[in-house]
Amino acid sequence: MSKESFTNTAAIQASLKKRYAREKRFQWYGRLAVLTGFVFLFILLADIVGKGAPAFTQQYIKVTVEFDPDRLGVEPGASDEELRKADYLGVVKSSLRAMFPEASGRQEKRQLYRLISIGAEYDLRDYVLDNPELIGQTLDIWLLAHAEAGAYLKGQISRKIPEGDRRVKDIQMQWLDTLREQGRTESRFNTLFFTEGDSREPELAGIKAALYGSFFTLLVTFLLAFPIGVFAAVYLEEFAPRNRLTDLIEININNLAAVPSIVFGLLGLAVFINFFELPRSAPLVGGIVLSLMTLPTIIITSRASIQSVSPSIREAALGVGASPLQTVFHHVLPVAMPGILTGSIIGMAQALGESAPLLMIGMVAFIMDVPGGVTDPSTVLPVQIFLWADSPERGFTEKTSAAIMVLMGFLIVMNALAIYLRRRFELK
Amino acid sequence: MQTSTVFLVLVALSFVGFLVGRKRSHAVAAGVGGMHLLHSLPKHYGYMAALWAGLPALLLLVLWMAFEARVVHNLVVAELPAQVQQLHHSELGLYYNQIVSYATGSSDATLLDENQLSAAEHYRELMSNSGLMKALLVCLVAIIGALLAVQRVSPALRARNHVENIFKWILFTCSFIAVLTTLGIVLSVLFEALRFFQSIPVTDFLFGLQWSPQMAIRIDQVAASGSFGFVPLLVGTLLISMVAMVIAVPVGLMSAIYLSEYASRQFRAVTKPLLEILAGVPTVVYGFFAALTVAPFIRELGESMGLTVASESALAAGLVMGIMIIPFVLSLSDDIINAVPDSMREASLGMGATMSETIRKVLLPAALPGIVGGILLAVSRAIGETMIVVMAAGLSAKLTANPLEAVTTITVQIVTLLVGDQEFDSPKTLAAFALGLVLFFVTLLLNIVALYVVRKYREQYE
Repeated sequence: MSKESFTNTAAIQASLKKRYAREKRFQWYGRLAVLTGFVFLFILLADIVGKGAPAFTQQYIKVTVEFDPDRLGVEPGASDEELRKADYLGVVKSSLRAMFPEASGRQEKRQLYRLISIGAEYDLRDYVLDNPELIGQTLDIWLLAHAEAGAYLKGQISRKIPEGDRRVKDIQMQWLDTLREQGRTESRFNTLFFTEGDSREPELAGIKAALYGSFFTLLVTFLLAFPIGVFAAVYLEEFAPRNRLTDLIEININNLAAVPSIVFGLLGLAVFINFFELPRSAPLVGGIVLSLMTLPTIIITSRASIQSVSPSIREAALGVGASPLQTVFHHVLPVAMPGILTGSIIGMAQALGESAPLLMIGMVAFIMDVPGGVTDPSTVLPVQIFLWADSPERGFTEKTSAAIMVLMGFLIVMNALAIYLRRRFELK
Repeated sequence: MQTSTVFLVLVALSFVGFLVGRKRSHAVAAGVGGMHLLHSLPKHYGYMAALWAGLPALLLLVLWMAFEARVVHNLVVAELPAQVQQLHHSELGLYYNQIVSYATGSSDATLLDENQLSAAEHYRELMSNSGLMKALLVCLVAIIGALLAVQRVSPALRARNHVENIFKWILFTCSFIAVLTTLGIVLSVLFEALRFFQSIPVTDFLFGLQWSPQMAIRIDQVAASGSFGFVPLLVGTLLISMVAMVIAVPVGLMSAIYLSEYASRQFRAVTKPLLEILAGVPTVVYGFFAALTVAPFIRELGESMGLTVASESALAAGLVMGIMIIPFVLSLSDDIINAVPDSMREASLGMGATMSETIRKVLLPAALPGIVGGILLAVSRAIGETMIVVMAAGLSAKLTANPLEAVTTITVQIVTLLVGDQEFDSPKTLAAFALGLVLFFVTLLLNIVALYVVRKYREQYE
């Protein structure tokens, strides 16, 4: 060995420390990147859960209600029709005044009335309709608190904020404190959130209409996308001749997978609503658009799944005289089914979370009524989230987060199902 | 009759066709001396009858449904008085909608005039006639189809092959839907965009520096002011996408390198699915997060440093979009790094290079084309992303490169132009389709280039 190589080794030796340090640094960059991803995920989830958790409880206030026949404008023993028209709002107001006689002047009285949700009068109506003998009696009834009053009772509004900047005024806080000291406030699980449609009042708004809308939309999507997707995959894998037409189809499927979802919305608007004049805002059109959007996902995963079926199964079936179609439908598809279902569930999960194309076809309407079919105007859960997120009331912020939690819950269940199916499939 | 009822009747008729076909094949077999003399099994004759009964009738039903509303519309409008027909297209549409909503019982008569009431009667009559005719025709076609098929049953009829051929055509049609969808997208967007370009010159659209579609409400102003300039939207879109890439590419790429080259198998098995949760989060959730948490945070942070930050800053939308794209970049780069042959790693390590040197000097240069392709795909995702920017980016089109200001994007404008009740023919709504056309072609181009690059790269190592 020459003398030079020794000096070279020394140089390398000398640079080693630097190189190892660089190696260490590089590894830390990698760890940092993974950590960054986790931090983002954690912040996102914590933010949603932190904002949404309070929405699952609601505050009720016990009010001493006097069903005064004069004030209601009905006689004891009145018919259902008369009872339905009676003045329950007046009763709520007079009961509140009786509890806090110190409220004077229009302004203060109005603030007093704002402690109770405007939905309370309908609750009272239903209550009286069920028990008409109550007319003329006085009893304690739990009434739903107004969203702002509820937010104060939940401790979300601080007295430190200047009075002008908050919707709950000092005098209302005093009343609410008094009520709390008397044990007249109660926190309950928010069932209305799951049993009501949309509302202008945060405390009355629920996701039932949106859930039904999502269900009908997904039903249409699945009924269209699943058979068409599987059939298309079967054709392309098993029967398609190698020619230009097949190439064209394959290129199209790959490109459609990457087309922005909003473009599908434009397609739905121009073709299904303006040309074919299908109803606007309906799950039918929403489902068709989403099925076109999820088709590429289903086709691509189904093809992969059909491809992975061992050729021996095909050969055995063909060998005993099955026709190609019988081979596929009797032997290949059953083996490929778990993989196909996995892909379809993932496609459905995408469709469930999608909202942009549905905005285009008018599923952004304010829907209070639960849709009864695929042609009724409706909205879906993600669009409901979008609508609530736009509302300025603070009550809707927590509703939005709660609706997001429900949506994510569904998505987690669907993905877990897909993973379970994939695992079982792999064990085979 | 309700469409769903007709459909159920059709299914029932198909089933009856199946039973009759099968029975007929038994009868024919008995006549010639046994089942084995028939070409196919009895059920194949049944399937054949069922298909002949169901398919043509189903096609008829779908076509009828597709064109019913249009035909009835034209018939009703033709009966309206001349001065009503003279109305502007959109007013006539409103007039007609009132008729329909009264006729279907979803509104009362208070807003309607005499002509509309009689037209509503006419509409109801036409709809009930149409329903009846639809039901009758569909049943008739189904029965004729079934009879034709049953009549053809004979020992020589190759029913199984016949049924299988029909099935292959059905399979083909299903896969052809992808082509039809693309065609539908291109035609619908192109058609409306061309109508838009009739009132706004293409060059004004592509090179105009001003975007304020609100001005188009006043008809005399439409063409005069160059208010449909597309450049600010493009700049805004690119700005937000760039912010997103600045977040997503380093984090996604470094995570992919760490997970595929350094991390233990268990660490990878836990980490990758967790990071992929980010890909499964609906975009509306990201939008909410961006608008209500990130944007105020960034604004406060900026103000504490003495910067003016818009409440709908491009930075907030871009940052959140970047988070959304991380798993996308991660899994694409992961695939591509894994595709680099181990022999290259081993050669470099064998020469005494450290792992990081191997990655930087050998793996990354080898994987570069694939990674570039992956990044292009991610950019195309960012450009087409809608909900995040609709919720967190601004509405006013500003020509700026400052990420602290509010900018608007192509997708935001499409949504704002089309959501809500607008007449369909104004340049304002048509502009949305022109934007859609641009969006479609930009993303298509990015995807084609990206897929081409990725495929070339894969072939290199296969």
